[in-house]
Amino acid sequence: MPMRTVYEAKIENLQILDEDGNFDTKLAPAGAPGVLTDEQAVFLLDQMIQCRRLDEIAFTLQRSGRMYTYPQNKGQEAAALGSGFAMRKGTDWLVPCYRENAALFLHGMPMHLIFLHWMGDERGNAIPKGVNITPIAIPIGTQMLHATGMAWAFKQRKEDKVAITYFGDGATSEGDFHEAMNFATAFNLPIIFFCQNNQWAISVPREQQMNSETVAQKGLAYGATCVHVDGNDIFAVYKATHDARERARNGGGVTLIEAETYRLGDHTTADDARRYRDEEEVESWKRKDPMIRLRKYLTGKGLWTDAKQQAAEDAAKILVADVVKLSEGMEKPSTDDMFNYLYEAIPEDLRRQRDTLRTHSLGQDPSQVGLQRR
Amino acid sequence: MSTTYVASAPDLLKPVPTREGTRLIQFREALREAMTEEMRRDDRIFLMGEEVAYYNGAYKVSQGMLEEFGPRRIIDTPISENGFAGLAVGAAMYGLRPIVEFMSWSFSLVAADQILNNVPKMLYMSGGQWGCPIVFRGNNGAGGQLGSTHSWCVEALYSNVPGMKIAIPSCPFDAKGLLKTAIVDNDPVFFLESERMLADKGHVPEEEYYVPFGQAALRSEGSDVTLVSFGRPVNFCLEAVKELEKEGITADVLDMRTIRPLDIGAVIRSVKKTNRLVVVDQSWPFASIATEVITQTCEKAFDYLDANPLRVNTEDVPTPYAKNLEAEYLPHKGKIIQAVKASLHRL
Ligand SMILES: Cc1ncc(C[n+]2csc(CCOP(=O)(O)OP(=O)(O)O)c2C)c(N)n1
Ligand SMILES: [Mg+2]
Repeated sequence: MPMRTVYEAKIENLQILDEDGNFDTKLAPAGAPGVLTDEQAVFLLDQMIQCRRLDEIAFTLQRSGRMYTYPQNKGQEAAALGSGFAMRKGTDWLVPCYRENAALFLHGMPMHLIFLHWMGDERGNAIPKGVNITPIAIPIGTQMLHATGMAWAFKQRKEDKVAITYFGDGATSEGDFHEAMNFATAFNLPIIFFCQNNQWAISVPREQQMNSETVAQKGLAYGATCVHVDGNDIFAVYKATHDARERARNGGGVTLIEAETYRLGDHTTADDARRYRDEEEVESWKRKDPMIRLRKYLTGKGLWTDAKQQAAEDAAKILVADVVKLSEGMEKPSTDDMFNYLYEAIPEDLRRQRDTLRTHSLGQDPSQVGLQRR
Repeated sequence: MSTTYVASAPDLLKPVPTREGTRLIQFREALREAMTEEMRRDDRIFLMGEEVAYYNGAYKVSQGMLEEFGPRRIIDTPISENGFAGLAVGAAMYGLRPIVEFMSWSFSLVAADQILNNVPKMLYMSGGQWGCPIVFRGNNGAGGQLGSTHSWCVEALYSNVPGMKIAIPSCPFDAKGLLKTAIVDNDPVFFLESERMLADKGHVPEEEYYVPFGQAALRSEGSDVTLVSFGRPVNFCLEAVKELEKEGITADVLDMRTIRPLDIGAVIRSVKKTNRLVVVDQSWPFASIATEVITQTCEKAFDYLDANPLRVNTEDVPTPYAKNLEAEYLPHKGKIIQAVKASLHRL
């Protein structure tokens, strides 16, 4: 009997703006849904400049001992910005890991809280009310399931909202990724899985992390719509995410977007990537820097000039200097903070510990060690 | 069958050399020495974990091991803790002897079903057929501003499960001797290191030696109080003792070295002499190892106690992220001194 094909699939790459600044108007005709307007593109370049500056300053703060550690975003700004911009601020929800600052800022995350977080302060995750972002997730992969649960809640409540969750290439090795994908597709949930494939998970390259050619194809097994985009092309990232969002809103379910990008910096400031990456590889990706190509494109269209660039860089400097001031100016957290947010109402034994610690640097049980306090 | 892979048998009966000496090496080097010596002897042993090979270990414990043993035996894994823990179980069942490095014991929680629900029960559930001679090792406890999800102390939580052994060295000497014992042990061993101690230097004999499990070490001798600890806080106890001696207070400091088996006999012997007990434990107070030590002491030597036994644990909250709060949260010299004085009614 002849063999018959029971499943066939391919993964296509979407690129609208290439590294030389060439723009494909057929793929992105002006005015079509999912296509950034000139004004939006200028706004996003400005955002990129701010985020890049923030990144640089975070790095120098860490080096001078003023920040505990910091995962650089450098080179990945288009992925974060393009996807974040496609989500509706105040309506949709962002469920991040730790390398998509630009998206968080767009959705109202105060920059100084990000700094505060990496300075080692729980209050950095005290996200203001009305900002639809969950705390930075350090255990790799866990947040994807949270996003899935959140999307399930949207669906159960019949709310017109979409969740987007961010993660790296390495995170797709955790069971959480596969379990989240399976649930999300089986329940047909309004969610976007956004993978920033920056080619590396600390020192482990993509091809050693997995045998699959792409991350995107992993979603095929679960019946998700799978999209592979040039993650350094903000137009492509925006369009892919915009389309995924609309699909999700219209009951079309789950999209897995793989944004192919590159971590131009070290994994975190505790790392030195020169020990495991070729200079050549880094150089080749520097030419694909998302900021360079957007600037080229906008300059070509007469929408950007050297003077505008200078002004934007100057403004970013002032902005970030203020952010540093604000985060460093925060008073040290009080020892009360350890106890106050653990339960809805503080239990009696914890209240005793809290009160004792105000005056005595002491273990957990004041009555045991001779300090009888109520 | 497997004997063809083993060049020589470990000499477990050889006396442990003296702790004194001048070969000062880092804690991480002592760990590496233990693994390297055993891997040279026994080809069945391999090391697996995140970043252990090419990167030389996230904390440089396995520096140079890829070079010596090659990628067949030093294996970088994908970020799949449950995956490689489970893989180690299968490999062990087939006769290999895995050493699994968790970048942090915090991430071992991802692998809870394998390491708690499979590893310690395999021998039991197979009627004595299949053991799991695996060493799981990595950083345990607050590493210094890593935040609450990254700062786990697993000893209390995990030691509740019967079927595995738990070692927790406080110095480079024990790090080597205990890890060697862990590797040759046929039962699963959880080996708890501390990021904060990896650079600590101490004398480590060049020769091979095995520190036996279940034997506490008396790290300081005194008569007023028994201080019991394990892992990093042993060093805080020794600092506290120095201060206390200025006030004429002397203490036995017992370094338990392994939690399972627990050398409660050593505690009892000391308490019979000092009649006072303070346990210093870097995990949460509720149902902790400190609780266990005190319970067993009360069961076995209640009449010898002249004061109620005390615990110095962390505060009963998640590990704080902020530097000043983390410092207040952890056991430290000041807290230990306070507890000792309370025990002696000398406040
Ligand atoms: C469960 C868990 N395992 C391991 C780690 C340590 N770790 C932190 S980041 C990282 C690499 C993540 O790589 P990837 O998902 O590609 O994200 P990227 O850092 O490249 O953005 C690892 C292994 C962790 N935080 N959590
Ligand atoms: Mg990555």
